Amino acid sequence: MGIRERIRRLPIIHQLRQSVGLQRGMLITGLVITGFFVLLAIFGPLFAPYSYNQLRLDGQLFGAQDPPSAEHLLGTTVGGYDVLSRVIWGTRTALLAIVVSVVLSIVIGVLLGLVSGYFGGWLDRILVVVADAVYAFPSLLLAIVAAIVISGGQSSFWGGITAAAISITVVFVPQYFRVIRAEVVRVKSEAFVESARVIGASTARVMFRHVLRNSTRTLPLIFTLNASEAILTLAALGFLGFGIEPTAAAEWGYDLNRAKSDVTSGIWWTAVPPGLAIVLIVLGITLIGESLNDLADPRLRTRRRAEGATAEGATAVGATAVRATPVGATPADQVAATEPTAREELGETL
Amino acid sequence: MTTATATPVRRRAGVGTFWRYLVVRFLLIIPTVFILVTMVFFLMRLTGDPITASVGDRLTPDQLQERIHQAGYDRPIITQYLEYLGQVFTGQFGRTITDNQLISDVLLRYGSATLELAIYALLVAVIVGIPLGMLAAYLRDRWPDAVLRILAILAYATPVFFAGLLLKLVFSVGLGWFPIAGRASTRTEIVLSKLHDPTGIYLIDAFRSGNAAAPGDVLWHAVLPGLTLGLLTAGIFLRLVRTNVIGTFGREYVDAARSRGVSEYRLVSRHAFRPALVPIITVIGLQVALLLGGAVLTETTFEWRGLGFELAFYLGKRDFVAVQGIVALLAVIVALSNFIVDIVAAVIDPRVRF
Repeated sequence: MGIRERIRRLPIIHQLRQSVGLQRGMLITGLVITGFFVLLAIFGPLFAPYSYNQLRLDGQLFGAQDPPSAEHLLGTTVGGYDVLSRVIWGTRTALLAIVVSVVLSIVIGVLLGLVSGYFGGWLDRILVVVADAVYAFPSLLLAIVAAIVISGGQSSFWGGITAAAISITVVFVPQYFRVIRAEVVRVKSEAFVESARVIGASTARVMFRHVLRNSTRTLPLIFTLNASEAILTLAALGFLGFGIEPTAAAEWGYDLNRAKSDVTSGIWWTAVPPGLAIVLIVLGITLIGESLNDLADPRLRTRRRAEGATAEGATAVGATAVRATPVGATPADQVAATEPTAREELGETL
Repeated sequence: MTTATATPVRRRAGVGTFWRYLVVRFLLIIPTVFILVTMVFFLMRLTGDPITASVGDRLTPDQLQERIHQAGYDRPIITQYLEYLGQVFTGQFGRTITDNQLISDVLLRYGSATLELAIYALLVAVIVGIPLGMLAAYLRDRWPDAVLRILAILAYATPVFFAGLLLKLVFSVGLGWFPIAGRASTRTEIVLSKLHDPTGIYLIDAFRSGNAAAPGDVLWHAVLPGLTLGLLTAGIFLRLVRTNVIGTFGREYVDAARSRGVSEYRLVSRHAFRPALVPIITVIGLQVALLLGGAVLTETTFEWRGLGFELAFYLGKRDFVAVQGIVALLAVIVALSNFIVDIVAAVIDPRVRF
């Protein structure tokens, strides 16, 4: 396999090539918005006019609830912070929380799902019942309980992010667990796993090399879905007063909490910017997730009629593509068409 | 008898199957509630005893010891756990630490407020989400579908409390059309408080009070909170209905019906929608959990004094006994609603009872 071929098969790039019309538009818009926020998280603090916890310039206090002006482009909060700077710094907090929580939940969820699905038995049954119970519970309440346990409420920058991330992890682990377990149960009875065992491969090798490698196809989808949920949960925790203290980091949910009473007196500049930031970043990630989801489901994918067909033509064909056997459908697509299980396991139950 | 399914389903005939399914499902509630309640209990105790958490900074060490002893938090954790299970079973959770109220009273008084809000929200979601979802499925990949899908994603991407703040900013503060917060104006509250057996659902109480202005006032206060929570859910309904109707719209029997001259409207609203109903109902049931989470945030935004508002209030005071009681009640509600969803799904589609 040549280098170019390899690049074409990378997750996002593969889907970009596969998509047409509206789906491609959604995917690209999502990628652009998300990319913007990632850049903002990394370099934004360089451009932010002030620091997130800065209260004075040259010994002079910023005013409280000042309307937008030349010194403060988006005004100041009730606590006397600069709104624009806190919105920019907040990107970093949000992205860090996503990364920590999603990495934690993937590691834990995948390991548990692998062990549970592969070995079965009583451990499997207990884990399934527990995961189902946790899964059914309102995720925000679970995150609140977890936040109480971890930090007893407010905390420092890393303490706050870790607390929020772990709270979110508690909610996510069952989702990864369920998906991976279902895949492992399916894959482990396949012939190639049998033959690996017959050859004498060790259990660990069969599990990680043969079963796990073939059970992870749905992970990118859940990843995007969970990333947006992580941001919403972090913001909700902050809004309920379980956030990170303003002196430790900028967090949009906390700012919205403080802006609650501002709104009543008609002050819009403390509430709207952090809120819009949340909406935009979640929108970007969800657009990616949504298009990946559609592309993974042959029933929903808008197809190209043939190589070189125009996007418009392909979109028009899309409506009938479900019934007609599509040109260029791989055998895998046809198998998937008769077993459309992935969708329930993924997005639509959220 | 054959049905048009992709995979053959083995079925056992007989009247008894449905009842057995019902009983098995009902019994499954018990472990779910048990696990959740146990988890909440032990997680909460990991932080230490509730007395120190809520009033620890206001008392001397001696007084603190005294109160911990009185409340029985110095006994072995297992004893406390068994006692707590008994409380969950009987619905008596003791008293809140900060304001010494009976927790069962709190649950009863504010549960009805949350129920009322949830009903308004579901109404909005069903009225907005389901027809638009069918429309999007019918006009799949055309521009109305694109617009509707983007609106649905926006509804999901907007945190419910931010949506609430925006609506408030525009319609209450800016235009002055709706009240800023609360469930009723002071005058109506006084009228309602004179009822000797209030249901707690203000709309019903308002009609029973006989006051001509009360029902309108109550509804007026409910518009923005209902819309806020409802639109969040409507976005999910829209996506869900769209996906599932697309799935059924491509089937042969829809073509057959079309060739018989059935109108396009009827094709979508009957032929394609009916079979899509089972997954839709299942997921709507799962939304109860999301609705409760959203209710916590909506109530806080609009000072709608329901369970969510009280939960946030007691969270702020670090009164974890109250929090534990509210969370346990919500866990039971979620488990029960999942049970109801399973039963409804089984009534609609006999293949579900295996």
